[in-house]
Amino acid sequence: MNWTFFHKLGSPKWFYDISGKLLPWFLCAGLLLLLTGMVWGLAFAPKDYQQGDSFRIIYLHVPSAILAQSCYMMMAAAAVVSLVWKMKLADVFIYSAAPIGALFTFLALFTGAVWGKPTWGTWWVWDARLTAMLVLLFLYFGVISLQSAIEDAQLASKATSILVLVGVVNIPIIKYSVDWWNTLHQPATFKLTEKPAMVPEMWIPLLVMVIGIYCFFSAVVLMRMRNEILLRERKTKWVKALL
Amino acid sequence: MNFANFEAFLQMGGHGLYVWLCYGVGLLVFIVCLVSPVLKKKAIYKELRQAQRREQVRTDSLHQTPVK
Repeated sequence: MNWTFFHKLGSPKWFYDISGKLLPWFLCAGLLLLLTGMVWGLAFAPKDYQQGDSFRIIYLHVPSAILAQSCYMMMAAAAVVSLVWKMKLADVFIYSAAPIGALFTFLALFTGAVWGKPTWGTWWVWDARLTAMLVLLFLYFGVISLQSAIEDAQLASKATSILVLVGVVNIPIIKYSVDWWNTLHQPATFKLTEKPAMVPEMWIPLLVMVIGIYCFFSAVVLMRMRNEILLRERKTKWVKALL
Repeated sequence: MNFANFEAFLQMGGHGLYVWLCYGVGLLVFIVCLVSPVLKKKAIYKELRQAQRREQVRTDSLHQTPVK
């Protein structure tokens, strides 16, 4: 296998150039899909026979919850790369993705609470899935504060990577909590092995939102990574030439 | 369109407050995600350009022949 792309990926300049080209596409696709999915889900999808129109919160709740978890998995992959190959860009990724992951974890919790009020009759229960999701939010906070708490860059990157990897334990707990314990939370909407329980008019806009939120996330993380690269590489020739 | 009129769309079958509260906060999250790196980029460019100019002035003054 040809590994040159992997070494190139380690070069901040190469990454800065290529990400600049990809960014507008991700951003346009993301905004377009999110707008389509929201209008579709809010105005055109049929209402739920049990929950009425409050079920429309799903179009925001499920995509942000999916993103919150997969953002953490991506950070964990970056943490392995950072620990094993000491690749600077992996640290930049963890640094850039953590606040976005935290924001979407918050959004998933918030929309869940607001959805819970008319559906379950309560804003919050100490249910397995809800609690595990709250732990995910605190993990994100931990990663963010650990990065800024340690002065030495190498030590900070190592400590952060280890924390990210330890926290991975929480992800399967979130995922399988609805199967392992009797919870108030309903089981997964999308499964790889089965057809969704909803009608297509309901789940297609949801799928559009999920793809849209991934594109949006990619664009925003690339923007944040590019900023961070400029700062970290400020002494290099190519950054000076860029200004 | 699933709703009879715009009024009904806003009311969301009596769940309007919950639905619109979620989407309002959601919109805020998307805007914060998008705007903060744009502002940061501007600040970084400004800071780095200033630093570059200062350095330029310093090297220029070093190369000047001292006047006696």
